[in-house]
Amino acid sequence: MNIFVFVKRVPDTESKIRIDHKANKIIKDGLNFVLSPYDEYAVEEALRLREAHGGKVTVFSVGADEVNIILKKCLAMGADEAVLLKDDTPETYDGLRTAKIIAKVLKDKFMDYDLLLFGRLSIGADNGQVQTMVAQLLDLPQINVVTKLEIEGNQGTAYREIEGASEKVAFSLPAVLSAQKGLNEPRYETLKGIMMAKRKEIPVLPLEDLGMSAEELAPLMEVVNLESPPPRKAGTVFEGEAEAAAKKLAQFLHEEAKVI
Amino acid sequence: MVLVFIEVREGKVKKSSLEALSEGKRRADDLGAELHAVLIGHELDELAPECFSFGATKVHVLESTLLSQYSPSGFSRALKELVEELKPMVIFFAASSMGKDLAPRLAAWLNVGLATDCTETGIKDGRLTVVRPIFAGNVFATMVFKASPQIATLRPNVFPLVDPVDAKGEAAKKNVEITEDQVKDAVQEIMREEGSELDVTEAEILISGGRGLKGPENFNLLRELASILPRSAVGASRSAVDSGWIDHQNQVGQTGKTVSPNLYMAFGISGAIQHVAGMSSSKVIVAVNKDPDAPILKLADFGVVGDLFKVIPPLKEELKKIFAD
Ligand SMILES: Cc1cc2nc3c(=O)[nH]c(=O)nc-3n(C[C@H](O)[C@H](O)[C@H](O)COP(=O)(O)OP(=O)(O)OC[C@H]3O[C@@H](n4cnc5c(N)ncnc54)[C@H](O)[C@@H]3O)c2cc1C
Ligand SMILES: Nc1ncnc2c1ncn2[C@@H]1O[C@H](COP(=O)(O)O)[C@@H](O)[C@H]1O
Repeated sequence: MNIFVFVKRVPDTESKIRIDHKANKIIKDGLNFVLSPYDEYAVEEALRLREAHGGKVTVFSVGADEVNIILKKCLAMGADEAVLLKDDTPETYDGLRTAKIIAKVLKDKFMDYDLLLFGRLSIGADNGQVQTMVAQLLDLPQINVVTKLEIEGNQGTAYREIEGASEKVAFSLPAVLSAQKGLNEPRYETLKGIMMAKRKEIPVLPLEDLGMSAEELAPLMEVVNLESPPPRKAGTVFEGEAEAAAKKLAQFLHEEAKVI
Repeated sequence: MVLVFIEVREGKVKKSSLEALSEGKRRADDLGAELHAVLIGHELDELAPECFSFGATKVHVLESTLLSQYSPSGFSRALKELVEELKPMVIFFAASSMGKDLAPRLAAWLNVGLATDCTETGIKDGRLTVVRPIFAGNVFATMVFKASPQIATLRPNVFPLVDPVDAKGEAAKKNVEITEDQVKDAVQEIMREEGSELDVTEAEILISGGRGLKGPENFNLLRELASILPRSAVGASRSAVDSGWIDHQNQVGQTGKTVSPNLYMAFGISGAIQHVAGMSSSKVIVAVNKDPDAPILKLADFGVVGDLFKVIPPLKEELKKIFAD
């Protein structure tokens, strides 16, 4: 089975995000970047499928040279190959632009795949768009927010999380799937894996080589302002005996906040 | 025209879709445009009147037995054809599981941008502007669209419902031309968790517990509170989920669900940045924590420094009293 996984480099969840208001951009200095957590579940699932069915796992990332770090991490986890789709454009928050690049690569350069695995959402952009847009551009079945996956030959069954329930979807390969927490427990890199990843060459495919027009690559969304959310105004803190606290709390909910 | 996708689950229109329709009504009024709604599936005619009462003047009922179960490839195909015919300026979806699954497929098909999980919309110079929380709610991005239709998914529980009116409109039923091989990812079965309450994203009151609850059995304390409070559900921190005390479905936070209930109650939750990411857009936050320095207390509109095991029983009685009146 030939599995492609698409991964993104994102600021880690502890990051204190600061805004450059003049440029309308996030200040990158001081941020610690990681492999987006959901993408890690996707990589793990690919490795498990390879272990069960044989085949090959290739990871792709669209971004500047610095995304090599997360590609190395994927190699260290056990991926066979990694490819950098080199694009120096800063974050656009436009999922379709990234999806078009990925779809173009898959149409022209890497046509041989059985499964395309993604995270359900890249943290930061918090979009959850790219995978579905790729599925559409390639006219493939899509199953998002997958918590359980079974593959038999060229047929698959996936369970996806919805409000208070899960949906069972049967599909034919090739297909686009996006991983949700709960799908698996990602493995740690082994020392041997890290050493191998270090030596492994990561081929670079520059955006210019894809022959996409400026129009195709122009973002369809524009960020006109970035702002910190208004701070919540300080509330009441009650310290005292439990009965009195319960009374005060109930009173607050009923009479002041009027939420019950 | 503003077009709103109406999601149907178990034969009923989802509340989050009515919220999207309400917001659609406000934007259509700003634009002096018509408001249309679209239903997709099999035998949904009887749901049209509900859409009229929330402001739609016309409801498109796209009918096919092949679409009796949700499928992103099938539904997006039906939608795309309608959109090409109607040429709406704006399309809203609820940012529900279905909306988030479907909207990107439509946007890609139409080659237009998409704004996910918006918390505010407006019209400026005849174009849609949206605000969407990014970086887990740490940044609010105002965005505009370079192409039409301008498509956005709207976060549930954020947009107020318009007052329903007694209005009539036109229901336009159309059979969707679709073949079996164009439906590539249909849902076969929906498995509802046993005894599952409302989903955390849909609850108006969310009662969450963290590591301070000490064990799975103590989530029953929260379930008891939930049984008193209408439209409530039980949520959890990741620590509680990872300890196996409660299902992952209930996790609130950056790697869980984003919620914006009218009331968020945090019991024994410290308020780590990743947890806050998922609940900071709640309208009212209260917290009970025995540590006076817990970050959640700085966020709470009303915080109690105390032992949750001592506070919950009298709180239950107080709440019962309120609901008895
Ligand atoms: C990549 C990543 C993603 C993450 N995603 C999420 C996420 O989506 N959601 C999430 O919640 N976390 C997430 N986390 C974890 C997060 O960092 C915290 O570890 C977690 O939220 C802590 O859970 P907690 O508040 O229940 O536990 P703790 O931090 O241990 O807090 C327990 C609290 O209970 C209080 N307490 C104890 N006993 C009592 C008592 N008897 N009465 C009253 N109070 C009591 C304590 O004072 C303490 O404040 C993520 C972490 C990472 C690294
Ligand atoms: N720059 C990128 N390179 C490779 N994959 C990406 C990129 N951006 C997003 N993805 C994939 O698409 C998923 C959803 O991303 P998003 O739409 O940004 O939330 C991510 O979890 C990744 O699997």
